[in-house]
Amino acid sequence: MSNTQHQFCTFYVDDLFLGINVQQVQEVIRYQEMTRVPLAPPAVRGLINLRGQIVTAIDLRCWLGMPKRNPDQLPMNVIVRDGGNAVSLLVDRIGDVIEVNDEFFEPPPSTVQASLRGLIQGAYKLSDELLLLLDTGRALAECDSRGVPNSRIAS
Amino acid sequence: MEMLDEIVSEFLVESYESLDQLDRDLMALEESPDDRDRMSSIFRTIHTIKGTSGFLAFPHLEKVAHVGESLLVPLRDGELSLNNEITDGLLGMVDAIRGILAQVETDGTEGDEEFAALIARLEELRCPSVTQPAAPAAAEPIVEQPEAKPKAAKKTPARKKSSAKSAATTTKTTRRSTKKAAPAASVADESPDEIPETEVSESIDSADAQENKIPEPPVVSKSRAVAAPVVAVKKTNEASLAAADAGNEQQSSLADSSVRLDVSLLDKLMNLVGELVLSRNQILQFAQNSEDAAMIATSQRLNLITTELQAGVMKTRMQPIRNAWSKLPRVVRDLSISCGKQVQVVMEGAETELDKTILEAIKDPLTHIVRNSVDHGIEPADVRKANGKPAQGTLWLRAYHEGGQVNIEIADDGGGIGLDRVREKAIEKGLVTAEQAAAMSDHESTQLILLPGFSTAAKVTNVSGRGVGMDVVKTNVEKIGGTLEIQTRPGQGTTLRIKIPLTLAIIPALIVSTDGERYAIPQVSLLELVRLEGEQVTTGIEYVHGAPVYRLRGKLLPLVYLSHALGTHCSADSREQCEYRDDSNNGWDVDFVMARSKHLAWKGRLRAYLDGRETMSLDEAVSPRACSLGKWLYDEGMRDFGHLPQVVQLERLHADMHAAVGKVIQHNEQGDKAGAEKHLLDVESLSHHTVAILDELKQTAEGNGAINIVVLRANDREYGLVVDRVNDSAEIVVKPLSRQLKGLSEYAGTTIMGDGRVALILDVMGLAVASGLTADLRNSDHTGIAKDITATTTETQTLLVVDLGDTRQFALPTSMVARLEKVSSTAVEMTDNREVIQYRGKILPIVRLANVFGAYGSQIEEPHELQIIVYSEQNHSCGFAVNQILDIVETKLNLTEDDGQHSDKLLGTTVIHDRVTDVLNLCSLARY
Repeated sequence: MSNTQHQFCTFYVDDLFLGINVQQVQEVIRYQEMTRVPLAPPAVRGLINLRGQIVTAIDLRCWLGMPKRNPDQLPMNVIVRDGGNAVSLLVDRIGDVIEVNDEFFEPPPSTVQASLRGLIQGAYKLSDELLLLLDTGRALAECDSRGVPNSRIAS
Repeated sequence: MEMLDEIVSEFLVESYESLDQLDRDLMALEESPDDRDRMSSIFRTIHTIKGTSGFLAFPHLEKVAHVGESLLVPLRDGELSLNNEITDGLLGMVDAIRGILAQVETDGTEGDEEFAALIARLEELRCPSVTQPAAPAAAEPIVEQPEAKPKAAKKTPARKKSSAKSAATTTKTTRRSTKKAAPAASVADESPDEIPETEVSESIDSADAQENKIPEPPVVSKSRAVAAPVVAVKKTNEASLAAADAGNEQQSSLADSSVRLDVSLLDKLMNLVGELVLSRNQILQFAQNSEDAAMIATSQRLNLITTELQAGVMKTRMQPIRNAWSKLPRVVRDLSISCGKQVQVVMEGAETELDKTILEAIKDPLTHIVRNSVDHGIEPADVRKANGKPAQGTLWLRAYHEGGQVNIEIADDGGGIGLDRVREKAIEKGLVTAEQAAAMSDHESTQLILLPGFSTAAKVTNVSGRGVGMDVVKTNVEKIGGTLEIQTRPGQGTTLRIKIPLTLAIIPALIVSTDGERYAIPQVSLLELVRLEGEQVTTGIEYVHGAPVYRLRGKLLPLVYLSHALGTHCSADSREQCEYRDDSNNGWDVDFVMARSKHLAWKGRLRAYLDGRETMSLDEAVSPRACSLGKWLYDEGMRDFGHLPQVVQLERLHADMHAAVGKVIQHNEQGDKAGAEKHLLDVESLSHHTVAILDELKQTAEGNGAINIVVLRANDREYGLVVDRVNDSAEIVVKPLSRQLKGLSEYAGTTIMGDGRVALILDVMGLAVASGLTADLRNSDHTGIAKDITATTTETQTLLVVDLGDTRQFALPTSMVARLEKVSSTAVEMTDNREVIQYRGKILPIVRLANVFGAYGSQIEEPHELQIIVYSEQNHSCGFAVNQILDIVETKLNLTEDDGQHSDKLLGTTVIHDRVTDVLNLCSLARY
């Protein structure tokens, strides 16, 4: 294992402490008004106008199979780049940008829930907690493939 | 390496364009073989390709081009004259070059094929065993040449000064004079001054060949015209080099006036302009409320500049439709030769401009239609002659702007579409039933050829007849928001009309809202808006087998509720709206009217109280919750309508107003009359606002009670989309759906509204399909015209003509027919002495009309299948069994009353197709 350092943008979703490589993150913004998309997959919460760019907001809670957010708790937007487009991940709270050494990395333990496992690349063992690395590429692709059949049932 | 790649790709782009030009030139040359200008242009093009391919080390390409060039030399020199074989050979060479270029484009190599056969063929054409006599043109006296040249030279100064436009006309004259000289010119005398001039007179063509050009033929031609004499002086005698050099000269002068751009850059610019338009809209909204003169002036300036910039950027993406048409003459030529037909192509409106994306999208459909026209439409020469038509068929390509759209017509003067054969084929292929086909109008039959899997071609040729095609054409056209229409006249030809939007990026749209969200509907699909108010709200919408319909001028219009189609009417997110919708009904406006009168009454009392004429508790005056409006507002008002922004505003205003009243009283008590007066004005103004908001709410409430139907056209079928509100029309910037939403066929894209919020653009077609409309719509024309028969006896009626198995003929108005069905006779069951069938999950009683009217004459044998005419009114349905459906006719009903034994079952008697026909009264028969 090399001793490469990585910077992660961290955030909380329910009780999970998650991170994405900073390079993938375009920006972090506070809650924005959204336009609902009827028939869309449940994780798609709506569309945001980000300075003229239309960004799809995906609720990580829904997507990680977690209970709904308290209505008066407004989520934050973590805007990540997805190819040429941007997608917003709705999270509960934003953490710091932290630097982690690769030697603390470990693939996801086998006890992690199946629904979560596919979406997590692995865990970084920090001194006080575990940072789970979110697999955004896979996540967004999955949202894609999940989207169509779900919406059909809904209609 | 990268540098080289860039050169290669530039070479590719340039060569492709040149090859397209070559196709055109060769075709033109075939018509006028003596056109030396064209010949020189062809020669130059091949020469350039040869030169560059040598430089870039593509030996095969060079070889092919070289042989082609060798063949062109004697042609240009007049030693050979152009004939069909040579043209074929040259076109073959063009194709070979194109093939190699395609290979280069894919993997950077020119491939292994050496085109030996083609090369041999070209060699053979160049040195035929029998030497061709010199072309007569070469025999022209050389004397004329000096005469022509000074002419051209003389014109030059005038050309320099004159405007671009007159330059173009002058050039034309010059060209005529040089043309006279042209035949006389030998290779050595290939005067360079006429080379640029060729380009001038064909400036549109050559400018065309430049990609991404902003067509400015006059300007281009002017600069070239100026350049020409200089070249002429320098190089008159540098014979063999002249042609090639002039070619370069032409390129450099073209390069001066045009820039090759990456389309993605233009797309990006277009997007940015879209953003700018939106920001402009927002700023304009701010400026409207501003009193700062400088701000207003600046925003107006911004407005103007943005509009101009938008138009300019849009223009960079526009290209003349000629670019999409340029390949068609070649297609027609090859095809007509292989079919043994003679076809000429006539183009009209080739300069009509279209967005580049759209242009790309229609290229293939156009080619397909043109192939169809030549293969199926235009008859062979002998057939044409026998029909009294000229042996040569004509194919028209027309393009013109109309109402913000571009119309493209592909017309031929061929045999037209044989509708009977179309119907037969459709039945044979199981696309429609015989009855459906029999009931079809000519227009509907024409539409059959657009169904997947349809082809009438008696034999499958390598061109068409495989039964894929027209449906693909239609889909492609619809993909870009266009429509396809077919008109055909037997023996006279067929016209296909494609209507497409000018651009896809910014479109006019209608903004509607449903369940609190706004949606944009592209204006192209919009036919009209219908608003049902008052009584119509409850009676206007009827149900056919549970499917809502509306009678639009007598025609049944199927309805789709947007809230149902999108599932918003009871989704979790909108439960709030859902609830108020349920218990609010139409009573809202009453609430607001009442609230308004309560407020006005209170205000009257307040005035009297302040003047000391009436008593009022202090609470009632100063507490927003104690007055009569407040009591309602903080109880029912907020509960029922708290979600409405106006109510929130109302609450604030109302509280402010009471606070002001408090101040008035306070100032009064302190004896400060002036202060009290000032605050009283505030109270007045706030109260005024309160009333205004209540009025607005009342209107909104009324609006919510009414039903808004947006009548749309999708795929030739019309339907009504029921929305909560019709807001506005607006120019919207179309943005694609993110990939997470691509699978939703209900949406065509997204856009940003003036207030910065995102709105979804509805896909009119997708919505119809998702709502299961298109299948039912197919029958909509049969369910047809629901007119009140007695009221409209003098109007034209559509009648279904049936036969009950004997000599008599019966008819019934199609307006009374819900559906036509065929059932197997074994499906008929008996219940309580009645015949019934199971139909759509219900029991449908069957009335055999033959029994009712007592069939005379011939014995009726039990048929295997029963033709059922389904009639339904209110909750009652009934099926009438007839022997056969003969026809559908449109006629003016001129009924003769009948007092015969069946008078109650007949509306009367009329004459159809020269036969006396009884018109059935299904209403009374249904009770039979």
